[in-house]
Amino acid sequence: MVINIMNPGRNGVADWIIQRASAVILGLYTIFMVAYLLFHPDLDYTAWSGLFSHIWMKVFTLLALVSVAAHAWVGLWIVATDYIKPAAIRFGALLFVILALFVFVVWGVQVIWGV
Amino acid sequence: MSTLQVSVYRYNPESDDAPWMQDFEVDTQGRDLMVLNVLQIIKEQDSSLVYRASCREGVCGSDGMNMNGKNGLSCVTPLSEVVKDNRLVLRPLPGLPVIRDLIIDMSLFYKQYERIQPYLQNDERPPSIERLQSPEDRDKLDGLYECILCACCSTSCPSFWWNPDKFVGPAGLLQAYRFLADSRDTHTQDRLSELDDPFSVFRCRGIMNCVNVCPKGLNPTRAIGKIREMLVRNTA
Repeated sequence: MVINIMNPGRNGVADWIIQRASAVILGLYTIFMVAYLLFHPDLDYTAWSGLFSHIWMKVFTLLALVSVAAHAWVGLWIVATDYIKPAAIRFGALLFVILALFVFVVWGVQVIWGV
Repeated sequence: MSTLQVSVYRYNPESDDAPWMQDFEVDTQGRDLMVLNVLQIIKEQDSSLVYRASCREGVCGSDGMNMNGKNGLSCVTPLSEVVKDNRLVLRPLPGLPVIRDLIIDMSLFYKQYERIQPYLQNDERPPSIERLQSPEDRDKLDGLYECILCACCSTSCPSFWWNPDKFVGPAGLLQAYRFLADSRDTHTQDRLSELDDPFSVFRCRGIMNCVNVCPKGLNPTRAIGKIREMLVRNTA
């Protein structure tokens, strides 16, 4: 068995559910964004920042951002355990991925609440 | 045009440094032979070629191999089904170690089969005659019990290629579900708890290569979906 230092207590069912649930959230967010852009062909800065000033939009966006991180983490962990066989290189690659995702989320929070 | 160009994978670890392809010309006399018949004709030309075969009618599952890029049983695969441009390329099943020529070492495949405990387990007191099963419950086993363990599916599965020691593979999972679905088996919970890690079942990405090659027309992907459903219900 693979010793998952990067994944304490990892469970296949939980991973599977996280991946599906985050995909649904991202799907909804994408549909919302595409619809919003289609219905606002003359979008300007005021309308755009107005949209993100609503608390529900901040929550929805943060939820989507966390979903991106969770979805990417599960997915890239699977890709890495398939294709990167040397444990040290895989550990390094996954460490890079999780650090990058962490930075994206923190940075994203700052951007969203900066509006 | 009845002369078929056949290219066969050759490797004898005792004399070859690396695998190589040997070309043969086989006179089919215009007949739509089975691929196994072609191998038998080649064997007369070069008796050093080795392959597994037994029943020659798709029942024993010995002669699984890769024919023009697709896994199947050579004894029930007619040339008309696989030959393109009068050319046939025969290789061993991919992903498992080659012992010699078209013969592979199936130890890992059998290890995964053993792991799912492919036998009925029931803790209840055996009745005096036999454990009865309703026709409806018996119907649930159709499409599962027919597997002959030829390994065509598991060796066409990239998830099994990358993790043959951790992912059970389509053949093993089809049998895992055969016992999970059996109304006479009482070890459902134990069986499920052996399968909930990220590899055993969940490494299946549903690309259906297994369904594409199964010579018995079975559907391991559907069985894996049912196991996943049982696991999710068990947890959620």
